[in-house]
Amino acid sequence: MQRIAITQEAANIVKQLKEKHGELIFHQSGGCCDGSSPMLFEKDDLYLDDSDVFLGIVEGVKFYMNQDQFEYWKHTHLTIDITKGRGASFSLEIPLGLRFIVHSRLLTHEENAILNPK
Amino acid sequence: MSYSKPKFKASYANFINGEFVPPVGGQYFENHSPVDNSLIAKYPRSQKEDVDLALDAANAAKDAWGNTSATERASLLNKVADIIEANLEEFALVETCDNGKPIRETLNADVPLAIDHWRYFAACIRAEEGSATELDANTLSMNIKEPLGVVGQIIPWNFPLLMLSWKLPPALATGNCVVLKPAEQTPSSATLLMEKIADVFPPGVINIIHGFGPEAGKPLASSSRIDKVAFTGETTTGQLIMQYASKNLNPVTMELGGKSPNIFFNSVMDADDAFLDKAIEGAVLFAFNQGEVCTCPSRILVQEDIYDAFMERVVARTNAIVQGDPYDVNTMVGAQASNDQYEKIQSYLKIGVEEGAKVLAGGEANKLSGDLANGFYIKPTILEGHNKMRVFQEEIFGPVVCVTKFKDEAEALDIANDTLYGLGAGVWTRDAHQLYQIPRAIKAGRVWVNCYHAYPAHAPFGGYKKSGFGRETHLMMMDHYRQTKNMLISYDKNKLGFF
Repeated sequence: MQRIAITQEAANIVKQLKEKHGELIFHQSGGCCDGSSPMLFEKDDLYLDDSDVFLGIVEGVKFYMNQDQFEYWKHTHLTIDITKGRGASFSLEIPLGLRFIVHSRLLTHEENAILNPK
Repeated sequence: MSYSKPKFKASYANFINGEFVPPVGGQYFENHSPVDNSLIAKYPRSQKEDVDLALDAANAAKDAWGNTSATERASLLNKVADIIEANLEEFALVETCDNGKPIRETLNADVPLAIDHWRYFAACIRAEEGSATELDANTLSMNIKEPLGVVGQIIPWNFPLLMLSWKLPPALATGNCVVLKPAEQTPSSATLLMEKIADVFPPGVINIIHGFGPEAGKPLASSSRIDKVAFTGETTTGQLIMQYASKNLNPVTMELGGKSPNIFFNSVMDADDAFLDKAIEGAVLFAFNQGEVCTCPSRILVQEDIYDAFMERVVARTNAIVQGDPYDVNTMVGAQASNDQYEKIQSYLKIGVEEGAKVLAGGEANKLSGDLANGFYIKPTILEGHNKMRVFQEEIFGPVVCVTKFKDEAEALDIANDTLYGLGAGVWTRDAHQLYQIPRAIKAGRVWVNCYHAYPAHAPFGGYKKSGFGRETHLMMMDHYRQTKNMLISYDKNKLGFF
């Protein structure tokens, strides 16, 4: 069980980008403009450390979020989806005219007990 | 009165070395209007080679430009202001078409404010001076401000011309050359400006590169041939840009958004007067610019003893907002800037309700008719809940406000500061103590007291916490684009006596 999933459409795009760029990671952004959206980068592009929480693996890609942001998100389950759009970040899908977005739902009691043990 | 979509050419070019230059690779992207999703024009999908051309031009121009007199630089900045002013309506229309914001805003806020920032920095550079201190009878310390050289600027899509006009004038006034990348959602007003001012500056002083973040933004931000990066956007890209800058040991300034509290103390309802009316409008300002403002007052905090009465008025005022055709001068709220933003906002409305927030107004997309049916409209929305909900913590960047109540000053401050961000805040009160002490206790760079959403050039703007660092607007911004050359001069004819 993990906190994160991906739709088939989004997974197909990840697969396509992996073929072009090699190993990738997702990082959830915060803040203005294109914030509050997941960003997809080449694996070593973004410096990660203990302040980044590992949420799970989708389509073979590790998904991270900053620890202090995670504190406000940890009661929710995330599904990565893809939509038409034009982000202004450095995320790799943008040249395709597409943008990853997050759909969220509350964790069930059972999921919460396992993923956020007291 | 209503305007209509302005005319555009089929395609546009980058502006490099004083000329319009097509992208080296010959690739373009289509730019659509969020008003009705219709095609505006094609813009260059630039790559590293295009960025390199711009950097060549900027680096070649920097020594001469850095040595022009402040008088000359100021007069050129003033000339730009005059040109924008003479074409105000054209700029406003292009901005409305490209961004989706109502023409009422672009005519009265975006473009006039942009003009004023060019004039403000023209004035600053003439009025300010370096400093000199006589350290002792024979030693003079002289501080001369010098330009950094070439500056990379990456600007957002929520106020395309205004954000350009926050960033370009101070960099130019202080003698820097610039390579600027507009957001790919809104390339039009920057292009129009270059068409109008193509001959104003020497070639290479201003260079505009269009394209996507990973293809054009990254080579710009990571280049060893720039001396600084200024960025407005979100946190992950902010971190990336700082990483790139760290490789070159370059300075950066960052403006990364917020989740700004707008606090209403019970004294606002002591009388039903003009001030209360102003306060209610102040709460409804969350819908200004479709909520696409880094400082959007997206959390309303109301003291519990006035909560019901106050919110009744705020809900009524929100429901009275006229949303519709952005080209109609009566429209107050227009379209979100892009489809992905539109989708993102709706996903937040869903999780908000799932987390238990109560919808007091709006709560869904606004399906308009005719051509506008293809545009991206969200009804101004009020969600009632508590500060731990995700909709209270994340920047939705839409016309969505979250409201909660507080008991006393201490609780108001707890809630206000319980956020990762610290860009803006609003405090509304008739109590003279509160209107000083509460703003001082809020960890944010700009606290509006009994007002909101004013952005005069003469007041510094910038963030605390994860909202970034550095200040924009105000003359203090000029030092973010300069080095200090200290000349330490001895008038003593005698040697030290050491050797």
